[in-house]
Amino acid sequence: MLGYIIKRIILMVPTMIGISIIAFLIIQLPPGDYLTSVIARMSDSGQAVDPEEVARLRRIYGLDDPVIVQYWNWITGIVLRGDFGYSFEWGRPVSELIWERMSATLGVSIAALIFVWAVSLPIGIYSAVRRHSIGDHVFTFLGFLGLAIPNFILALTLMYISYKHFGQSVGGLYSKEFIGEPMSFAKFWDLLKHLWIPVVVIGTSGTAALIRILRANLTDELSKPYVITARAKGLREFDVVMKYPVRIALNPFVSAIGWVLPQLISGVTITAIVLNLPTAGPMLIRALVSQDMYLAGSFILLMGLLTLVGMLISDLLLAALDPRIRFT
Amino acid sequence: MNDISDPTSDLPPLTVDGDETGPAISPLREGDDPSKISVASQWTLIWTKFTRNKVAVGAGCVVFFLYFVALFAEVLAPTDPARAQPRLTYAPPQSLAFFTEGENGREWLPHVKGYAMTVDPASLRRSFTVDDGKVIPVGLFVEGTPYKLWGLFPMSTHLIGPLDDKQPMNLLGTDSLGRDLLSRLIYGARISMSIGLIGVISSLVIGTVLGALSGYYGGWVDLAVQRLIEVISAMPTIPLWLGLAAAIPITWSPLKVYFIITLIVSLLAWTSLAREVRGRLFVLKNEDFVTAAILDGSRQRRVIFRHILPSLTSHILAVVTLAIPTMIVAETALSFLGIGLKPPVVSWGVLLQDAQNIRTVATAPWLLIWPSLAVVLAVLSFNFLGDGLRDAADPYES
Repeated sequence: MLGYIIKRIILMVPTMIGISIIAFLIIQLPPGDYLTSVIARMSDSGQAVDPEEVARLRRIYGLDDPVIVQYWNWITGIVLRGDFGYSFEWGRPVSELIWERMSATLGVSIAALIFVWAVSLPIGIYSAVRRHSIGDHVFTFLGFLGLAIPNFILALTLMYISYKHFGQSVGGLYSKEFIGEPMSFAKFWDLLKHLWIPVVVIGTSGTAALIRILRANLTDELSKPYVITARAKGLREFDVVMKYPVRIALNPFVSAIGWVLPQLISGVTITAIVLNLPTAGPMLIRALVSQDMYLAGSFILLMGLLTLVGMLISDLLLAALDPRIRFT
Repeated sequence: MNDISDPTSDLPPLTVDGDETGPAISPLREGDDPSKISVASQWTLIWTKFTRNKVAVGAGCVVFFLYFVALFAEVLAPTDPARAQPRLTYAPPQSLAFFTEGENGREWLPHVKGYAMTVDPASLRRSFTVDDGKVIPVGLFVEGTPYKLWGLFPMSTHLIGPLDDKQPMNLLGTDSLGRDLLSRLIYGARISMSIGLIGVISSLVIGTVLGALSGYYGGWVDLAVQRLIEVISAMPTIPLWLGLAAAIPITWSPLKVYFIITLIVSLLAWTSLAREVRGRLFVLKNEDFVTAAILDGSRQRRVIFRHILPSLTSHILAVVTLAIPTMIVAETALSFLGIGLKPPVVSWGVLLQDAQNIRTVATAPWLLIWPSLAVVLAVLSFNFLGDGLRDAADPYES
């Protein structure tokens, strides 16, 4: 097992480097660098720009270095010093800005993941056991719909319905009176009241996909001889289903962390922009629109790493659950 | 005398109820002619299997319809999508009716009802109600706003429109500038549906070439391609799309932006295609016909692209169909967020930009409902069609 873990982590390194290169490319992609935008802003506001000062700044920030050197400086700054660069829009180091937003993103994603598991397990089992029943058809139809409706359209629709019928606005994570308050039971309750819409919006497509997978896997398992044996020896139907077939069909639930997590983080980004949640999404889009590229690039880098860690966790859990994986 | 051209005529007749296994295809149904199926080509078998799936056939018809609408947008749209009606902002949808109650009883007269405007004295905001007194006759193939079909042929016939061009007809309502939503939706279909098609073609090229190379050669080529796919699929798509799209300079022409957006969307979509091709190649490269081709002295390129890939066509077709909806959603999401396509280009995502504000949606819910329905309809029908194609792609397994 230890050997498997080490092998898996070593395999992750090239992917990590690849993600950091993509994030760096995105930083470099817009024409001009951040100094040109600073200069543009300064001359817009009527300040004189001293060309010598500009040349000095270019030298200090290493903007005339080859791209590879710039990449090396950027990535070593992050790895060794936790220095993600400087956000010109906010006038603060990026590292001061991102952590709170990233943890909110992670929190909402995990809440959505729990929602996905909690909903798809019972429905998946029901659909597999009662195949072609009316309930199964209803869930299949809802599943197709859930897969087809883009997150942001679902978010807008739920917002509209709750605005129309309950007269409340649903943006944000807390009501106005709780912002800045210390965490209390009332605040937590308020959080739950706001959290359900984003969680449902983000989780729906993942739930639909997982129900389909669970239904297919469990259907395969249920037709195997050992199930007939269990039934023949007089086990109750509940035990027949729950004891072995469900356990085996559960593997995709664990591997789901790997492929649902990127989807969830992606979903949180766009849903948060629509619902105005204090997660990474709205800040990322603002940074991108105002070309505050170090901030934007750091978000993209961290989101990529987050999904990578999710995949690692799901692979390790799978290996722990299923010995066939770690010995091949 | 036996007919030599029919090799099945000597065989005993196959029965439908399953005590004879028959050829290795999906079980025979009532009405299938076994002698025809056993000599049918692969594509005939795929078609037979596909048409049995009624949902997929229906979805295919919807997809076909959507592309038809996109192709003939100019004729099908009642008016020019850019034509603003300053006096009719946020006008609600009018419904089509066919009979009028006149003095002589019911009369056949297709029409829509006119608008009555009321101004709120406090906020000076105009609101419209449908006025039952005003009747605006409409007809098929009427003369209206002139346009050029595909930018080439000057015409002015519209499939449906008011008989008098000056009268308003907004079957789905209007937006903040009083532009007809139905016309904008129809023109939007052209951009949104074509982005999926063009994007899928470019990702098809990348995906097939890389997937074929990595599946056929294996070794370090495979390793490199696999790492690349892993990196790209580890990135959460929306942040990456946002990052790439935000780099498009504002000064670029709409056409250039359109192609770049298509490229960005397809850059991330080729991975699933490459995976599929690679997986199938691993299986196929040990088949007898490949060995035969190699022994015949075919070069490797010929073996891959001439012998192996054609036998994958049906699978590739299925994966491609399933990739299109992702691209449509991607374009819609990017444009919705304001960093994809921008007005005056009309796409479904651009139309949804108007629905960003919850107060606007509360005043004019049709701005959210119709573009959303169009997106969901397109995505759903591509999904069903793709599922049907995937099931039919291998007609030899039951």
